[in-house]
Amino acid sequence: MAVIEAQGLRKTFGTTVALDGIDLRVDEGRIVGLIGPNGAGKTTALNAILGLIPCQGELRVLGRDPWMERDRLMRDACFIADVAVLPRWIRVSQALDYLAGVHPRFDRRKAEGFLSRTTIKRSSKVRELSKGMVTQLHLALVMAIDARLLVLDEPTLGLDILYRKQFYDSLLSDYFDRARTVLVSTHQVDEVRQVLTDLLFINRGRIVLRCSMEEFESRYVELTVRPEQVAVARAFKPIHERQVLGRSILLFDQADRQQLAALGDVRTPSIADLFVAMMSNQGGTAQGVPS
Amino acid sequence: MSTQTDTVAQAVGVREVATPVMPASRVFYWSVRREFWENRSIYLAPLAVAAVFLIGFLIILVHLPGKMRSLAGVNPADFRAAIVVPYDSAAGLMMVTTIFVSVYYCLETLHSERRDRSILFWKSLPVSDVVTVLAKVIIPLVILPVITSAIAAALHLIMLVLSSVVLLAAGVSPAPLWAQLPWLHMSSLLFYHILTAHALWPAPIYGWLLFVSAWARRAPFLWASLPVAAIGGVEAIAFGTSHFLTFVGRRLIGDVTTTAFIPPQNFPTNPMTHITPGPFLISSGLWVGLLITAAFVFAAIRLRRYREPV
Repeated sequence: MAVIEAQGLRKTFGTTVALDGIDLRVDEGRIVGLIGPNGAGKTTALNAILGLIPCQGELRVLGRDPWMERDRLMRDACFIADVAVLPRWIRVSQALDYLAGVHPRFDRRKAEGFLSRTTIKRSSKVRELSKGMVTQLHLALVMAIDARLLVLDEPTLGLDILYRKQFYDSLLSDYFDRARTVLVSTHQVDEVRQVLTDLLFINRGRIVLRCSMEEFESRYVELTVRPEQVAVARAFKPIHERQVLGRSILLFDQADRQQLAALGDVRTPSIADLFVAMMSNQGGTAQGVPS
Repeated sequence: MSTQTDTVAQAVGVREVATPVMPASRVFYWSVRREFWENRSIYLAPLAVAAVFLIGFLIILVHLPGKMRSLAGVNPADFRAAIVVPYDSAAGLMMVTTIFVSVYYCLETLHSERRDRSILFWKSLPVSDVVTVLAKVIIPLVILPVITSAIAAALHLIMLVLSSVVLLAAGVSPAPLWAQLPWLHMSSLLFYHILTAHALWPAPIYGWLLFVSAWARRAPFLWASLPVAAIGGVEAIAFGTSHFLTFVGRRLIGDVTTTAFIPPQNFPTNPMTHITPGPFLISSGLWVGLLITAAFVFAAIRLRRYREPV
């Protein structure tokens, strides 16, 4: 069942092309990581999916046209933009009252439960909370909404590693079940690795890679090659090569692990390494590989 | 429309159970509550003005018994004219407060949510732009007039009671005071005045301010006032007249004399004021104004849909 279905999504700001024909399908129960460099179109894509900006192309989210039915869509979809969007003047108790007042799927007791695990006081205003606490509050509010789709746009931006870890841990343990779908964009790619079921790389408004995590783990191989074997390893056509401490590290797409193991240490690359490889390959041939 | 799209969404098979829906009235109620949390000046400003005025009134209260004695025997109209000044001043202050708070509120409300990026939070909730903007429009058009009228009425009552206490202590009868300043009648007249002159009549100005608030990326005050000044300037240079500025000014200060009521003097709390809601309600001035207001509000709703944080 497709929660998000997009075809030929296009968005331009003046002469800048933010989304350049994106085709996308996100099925129910997936946790998709949307990963891309700054200015790749991540936020634009998420905003279009949530109906916050109009765009060209076909887009259905939970069976609705987000731009025309933003308020109806938000009964079933949740959104955390980044840490700074909760109004600074609102009190924690007021935020709870308001959500209970306007959101049919908000469970106030659940939110109170999440908050009781934090040091956030009910009478505090958002402006009095630390950055991490604001994120905890927003997450508590959002996790108390029984939504079908949760969209997170850089939710942990500017937080220290403890808060980031806690954020994704509670997202997984308290929120996610197979009936929900999560779409998250982030720069801290490898921190969310264990959370994700799917990867989506986006660059210059286009999707450059889409694969499930199983696919990612079976498909990509990183080889730290012994110096004398470099020429042999290169014959297997790596998609990327880099030098670390005088050793060559080669990244392969769909290579035979057994054969490569004979040439050095083989492991699954980090998402960040694959990301760097894909981004620097945006011309065709692998960068750093002598032709 | 709503049921139709819901059916479509279900037919696609995305949801097995129908999404629960909040009644629109409940969403609207909480949207208005929200405005009070964010803009406490809606009630704090008139309360503060009333409190400061009351302190001033307490100071002049010591002269009241002497004044009442000296007024013994004068005709009722002169008696009233002599004692009404603080009550008219209180009413006038409340009207000025209503105008200031309304102008400030309308100019800020749709701009500040973009400035502090909270618009992204509000838009992540199942509340439409229509409900959000209407909950804001109702503040200067209905809510604020009710609040300032109620505070003015309470202020008048406190003033009358304090005066009575002081007079009784001095051995002077407060009865003429209550007879010449009929509280209930005065309060209803004041409410009628604030609603007609400071809410419905200037509505197009509030609509314009809301529109600019939704439109301007920065400096909404300049964007709201400069076009008015520019049109006034062009008119002055081209025709040597100032009809536009006079028109805007009269709307802003709520000049509805002879339309909504015919006062014997200039002041609306005078019990001799003859209110004329009928002619006011059918006056073209009111309805053209409300139509212009509706157009600005409609534009503000459309704009908010496209708006992002600034």
